[in-house]
Amino acid sequence: MAYSDKVIDHYENPRNVGTFKTEGVSTDEVGMGLVGAPACGDVMRLEIRVKDGLIADAKFKTFGCGSAIASSSLATEMIKGMTLDQAAKISNTQIVEELNLPPVKIHCSVLAEDAIKAAIEDYKKKHAK
Amino acid sequence: MATAEKLTIPVREGVTLPIFMDNHSTSAVDPRVVHAMLPYFTQHFGNAASRNHSFGWTAEAAVEHARTQIATLLGGDGKEIVLTSGATESNNLALKGAASFLKKQGNHIITVETEHKSVLDTCKRLQREGFEVTYLRPAKDGLVTPEQVVLAMTDKTIVVSIMWANNEIGVVQPIEAIGAAIKQRNPKCLFHTDAVQAFGKIPIDVEKAKVDLAAVTAHKVYGPKGVGALWVRRKPRVRIDPIIDGGGHERGMRSGTLAVPMIVGFGKAAELANEEMADEAIRLRSMRERLHRGITAKLTETYVNGSMEHRLPGNLNISFAFVEGESLLMALKDVAVSSGSACTSASLEPSYVLRALGVGDELAHTSIRFGLGRFNTDAEVDYVIDIVAKSVERLRSLSPLWEMHQDGIDINSIQWTPH
Repeated sequence: MAYSDKVIDHYENPRNVGTFKTEGVSTDEVGMGLVGAPACGDVMRLEIRVKDGLIADAKFKTFGCGSAIASSSLATEMIKGMTLDQAAKISNTQIVEELNLPPVKIHCSVLAEDAIKAAIEDYKKKHAK
Repeated sequence: MATAEKLTIPVREGVTLPIFMDNHSTSAVDPRVVHAMLPYFTQHFGNAASRNHSFGWTAEAAVEHARTQIATLLGGDGKEIVLTSGATESNNLALKGAASFLKKQGNHIITVETEHKSVLDTCKRLQREGFEVTYLRPAKDGLVTPEQVVLAMTDKTIVVSIMWANNEIGVVQPIEAIGAAIKQRNPKCLFHTDAVQAFGKIPIDVEKAKVDLAAVTAHKVYGPKGVGALWVRRKPRVRIDPIIDGGGHERGMRSGTLAVPMIVGFGKAAELANEEMADEAIRLRSMRERLHRGITAKLTETYVNGSMEHRLPGNLNISFAFVEGESLLMALKDVAVSSGSACTSASLEPSYVLRALGVGDELAHTSIRFGLGRFNTDAEVDYVIDIVAKSVERLRSLSPLWEMHQDGIDINSIQWTPH
């Protein structure tokens, strides 16, 4: 079973790699989700930058297989321009379809969905008061 | 939109892609072996069991010659070779056959956690049938000791099964010392070894090692897939029950028409290995050292898994911290190697061999196995060093764990939320 073209594309041209920490962005604007575990072979960190209620920008870094890298890279693309509520509705099946993930790799897309939700949750917590 | 740099590595002279560096999984058939096999497809195609005409006699003679070629590489006699479809069958035959024949003598089997699945799964089946199995845990370097084995033996132990060299980490067990210890404790206990990875790579002497049963295969030593053998000691005579019935071939131990061309190929491969092993080992070791040195010169945070000292000359199993194995395999798209990462296995479990060594799951997921062989060259090694170094650097730039490490954060101190 060879790698899917879309997965290879995201590996060779990953979108939005990095962190807002090194870009001088105010932490007020950022929500960060860190999901997975090194012992599982899958760790995703997804950061969102929120302005005027919209996700203006997103960044990711992933320790994981090609499908995990592609899922998180795609996630950053999908959520840009969405409101927090819209982004929270993203389901892993959208990622599976877009990347043609085989059954054994579906859990990578689930982790990406978790990462989005965790980033949103983190942002909301910061602004809860 | 931030994108990472595209990787282009110039292909040097003498290197054709893709490069095969996965010789523990299989090997290319040596052209000289193919040449030896060909006449047995269309010219000398007789059934070796046909006793009454020249087609049969010619086939039989070729098979007998191959038996000797194979046995010589083991330090045994051609008459002691039982031909099978491969080492998986040989291991099944050895363990099930011995257990069945010796069940009145005892019901205890000893093996090691790091054995090949054809041994481990066979032991599990024997457990379900009422045998007791002890799975020894090796030390961090992958080795088991004779003392460990003897300590686990009881008067009911009928077979001890320990592989000569490991397929994942290339570690070579002290088989001679273990054999001596087993026989001293109980001469009636059989000693079986899966010698697949050692055969033709390092010197094997079943007499000196007091081995009773040894499994080997052709396709790891530049022979064809689909043929293997079980060496069964004749002096003193070791008896095992067959697992395949029907005609009583191979002294009643393995019925079925012999795959003559494959066996001829197996014999030729064994003969070539016998002649070329010493020089080849020097060459492979030097290439392996070149690969290791080249990698460590360009990268930090790499860890070799298993003993470097007691190791097959062509094996390098190495973990690249903070970079997951499957993503690295994808990056090495023109180089064939394998990984102990869970993501590369159908069961999503990381390598059980690395687990048994106490290598943490994180390092198991980041491990890559290089298996150098007869047809690899220094030029290929240099290309691989380059592409490995660049790919690891690239993947580290994508890795949150590498970033944390750079920032001095202790990754073990974080509360992870596994899924």
